[in-house]
Amino acid sequence: MPVIKTIRWQPWAVWVGLALAVLFIPFPTAATTPTDRTYHIEASRFEYTPAVLTANPGDRVTIELTATDVVHGLSIDGYNLVTTADPGQTARLTFVADRQGSFRFRCTVTCGNMHPFMIGKLEVGHNTLFWRAIVLSGMTLVAGIWKLKK
Amino acid sequence: MSTLQEIPWLDKAAADENAKAIRQARTVRNRYNLLRISWLLPLLINRWPQFVIRAMTLAGFVFTITAGLIGTRVGSHNFAIIFVWIAWWTALKLSFIPFGGRSWCSICPIPLPGDWLQQGGILTKGRGLGLNLHWPKRLKGSWLQSGAFLLIGLFSAVTLTDPRVTGWVFVALFGLSIGLSLVFERRAFCSHICPIGGFTGIYAQTAPIELRVIDTEICAKHDDKSCYRGCPWGLYPVAFRDSATCGLCMECLRACPQDNLALNLRPFGADIGKPRTAKRLDEAFLTLVMLGSVLAFTSVFVGPWGWLKSAAYAIGSLRWVGYALGFLALNLIVLPGLFSLAVWAGQKYTGKKFPLNREIANQAQALLPLGLMAWIAFTVSFALPKWGYVVAVINDPLGWGWNLLGAGNILWSPDVSGFSPVLQVILLLIGLFWSANVARRLADSDYRRTVPIQVFCLAFTLGMLWLLIG
Repeated sequence: MPVIKTIRWQPWAVWVGLALAVLFIPFPTAATTPTDRTYHIEASRFEYTPAVLTANPGDRVTIELTATDVVHGLSIDGYNLVTTADPGQTARLTFVADRQGSFRFRCTVTCGNMHPFMIGKLEVGHNTLFWRAIVLSGMTLVAGIWKLKK
Repeated sequence: MSTLQEIPWLDKAAADENAKAIRQARTVRNRYNLLRISWLLPLLINRWPQFVIRAMTLAGFVFTITAGLIGTRVGSHNFAIIFVWIAWWTALKLSFIPFGGRSWCSICPIPLPGDWLQQGGILTKGRGLGLNLHWPKRLKGSWLQSGAFLLIGLFSAVTLTDPRVTGWVFVALFGLSIGLSLVFERRAFCSHICPIGGFTGIYAQTAPIELRVIDTEICAKHDDKSCYRGCPWGLYPVAFRDSATCGLCMECLRACPQDNLALNLRPFGADIGKPRTAKRLDEAFLTLVMLGSVLAFTSVFVGPWGWLKSAAYAIGSLRWVGYALGFLALNLIVLPGLFSLAVWAGQKYTGKKFPLNREIANQAQALLPLGLMAWIAFTVSFALPKWGYVVAVINDPLGWGWNLLGAGNILWSPDVSGFSPVLQVILLLIGLFWSANVARRLADSDYRRTVPIQVFCLAFTLGMLWLLIG
C-alpha cells in the first residue's frame, strides 16, 4: 500500500486530535436519581460556612442563608440566582442544579473591605473542565518532553 | 549588568565577546524596527507626547491617593481600590507587560517628581538637587525588589481592599522615590526597589518588544556616550542582553547623534531560553517569588477558604502571623527548595556537573512564561467578574453618593462563568507549553536534564488549575 507508506503521521496532528478527543468525549457519569438537598449556610464577614456545597446534576437544592453579623447576599456564577439575608435572619433559595461543574458563589451585599472576595463553591457532579484540563496538562508535558527528545 | 561603571570592556566594545553577541543578535531575523514607521520616530523623539501622558497618569495617581485618603472606607466603592487593583493592575498584566514589556515604566508617574528635583527641570535639565551618590554595590540586583514584593504580599489582603492603606502605600512609593532621587544618582528607586518594576522587569523578557543598538561599532567609536549620560536608569544600551532593565523611556533615542538605536518588534520570549554565563540568583529568586505570590494570592482571593481570607486580613493577630509564616515559607523555602531539588535532580540524572547556582539561575528562565500566564489567569479570574465596579466608581469615585454618569446605584456584574474558566485553562496550558519549549532550548543536547523542571512546571500548573477552576 504505497499510499499508506507515504503518510507520515505528524506528531502535532496526533496531539491535536487527542486533545480534541479529551475536550469533547462525553464524560462517563453514573446515573443518579435526583434528590432534594438542603444546605444551611452561615454567612459572616468574608466567610461562608460551609463554603463548599456538593450536588448531583438534577438535584433540587435549597440553600438557607443566615447572616450572623451584617447583611450578606449570595449569588451563584452561572445560575441566575440571588438572595439576601439580614443579620440574624435566614433567606431561602431553591433551584435545580441543572448545570454540571464547579461554580463560585459570591456575596452580593457590600459587607466590608474583603467583600469582593467572599466566595464559596458549588460542585455539581463531576468538574469535567478540571479533569479535562489535568489530562491536557499531562499531554502538554509529554509533548514538551517528546520535543526535547527530538 | 548594564551600567557604564560595570563594563570594563567599554573602550573596546566592538572587539568584546558581548558586543559580538549583540551584533549577531542584530542580524537575527524576526525583528522589525518600529522606528521605520515614519510618524512614530518624531513622536518618540519629542518629549512632549510622553510628558503629556505622564502628566495624565500623575494626575490619575494624585486623584487615586486623594480618593484613598478622603473617600469612603468601603474598598469596592472607592476609586482608589478599583482603579489601582482592578483597572490598572489588570491593564498592566493583560496588555502592558505581555505586549509592551516595561512600557508602563515609560509613562509611570512615580519617579516623575524625583526626576524633576534631581534634574532641576521638567523637560530640560537645570541645576538639580541631590547628592547623586552611587547606589551601593552590595544592594544591586533584584533582591530588594523581591523583598518589596513579599512585603506587599504579606499585607495584600489589606492593601488591596482598604482605600486608606492603598493611598498611604502610594504616598510611601512617591516619597521613597523622591527621597532616593535626592540621595542617589538617577532612578535608584525604579532600578532597585520598586516591586512593580521587579514584576514588569522579569516578565518583560517574554514581551515582543526590545530597544537595542543597531551597530555596536558606531557606539565603540562614539566617545561621548551620550546615550548613557542621558539614560535616567544609568544603562548603557550596548550592554543590553535582555529587556529586564530598560524602562523604554526613549532618552537614549533622543541622545544618540547617530540614530543608532532600534525599537524592535520581535517574537514573544526572545530574551529567554539562552544559556547565561552570569549567575543571576537574584533574578531566579524573583521569578520564584512571583510563582509563590500568585499561588498565595489565588488561594486568598479566589479560593473558598474564609478562614484564610480572615487570617490574611487580620494584620497583627495570631492568625495573621500564621498566614505570614506560611506565605514566607512558601516563597522562601518550599518553592526555592523544590526548584533547586529539580535542578539538582536533573544534574544527578544526567551525570553532568555544572555549578548548581548557575544552573538554578539558568533554568529559572523556563519558569517565566508559566509565571506570566499564571498571573494573567489569576487576573482574569478575579478582575472580570469585578469589571462592573469600574463604571460604578467613575460614577461615584469617592463613594459619597455622587451620580456623575447618571448610572445610579446599578452595579453591572457581567456573567463570565461560561468562558472565564475555559480562558484560564487555555492560558495555563499555553504557559506550560511555552515553559517546556524554553526548557528545551536550555537543555542543549541532553533533554533528560530538564525533565525534573518540566515536572515542577506541571505540578505548579495543576496547583493553579485546582485553585482557579477546581
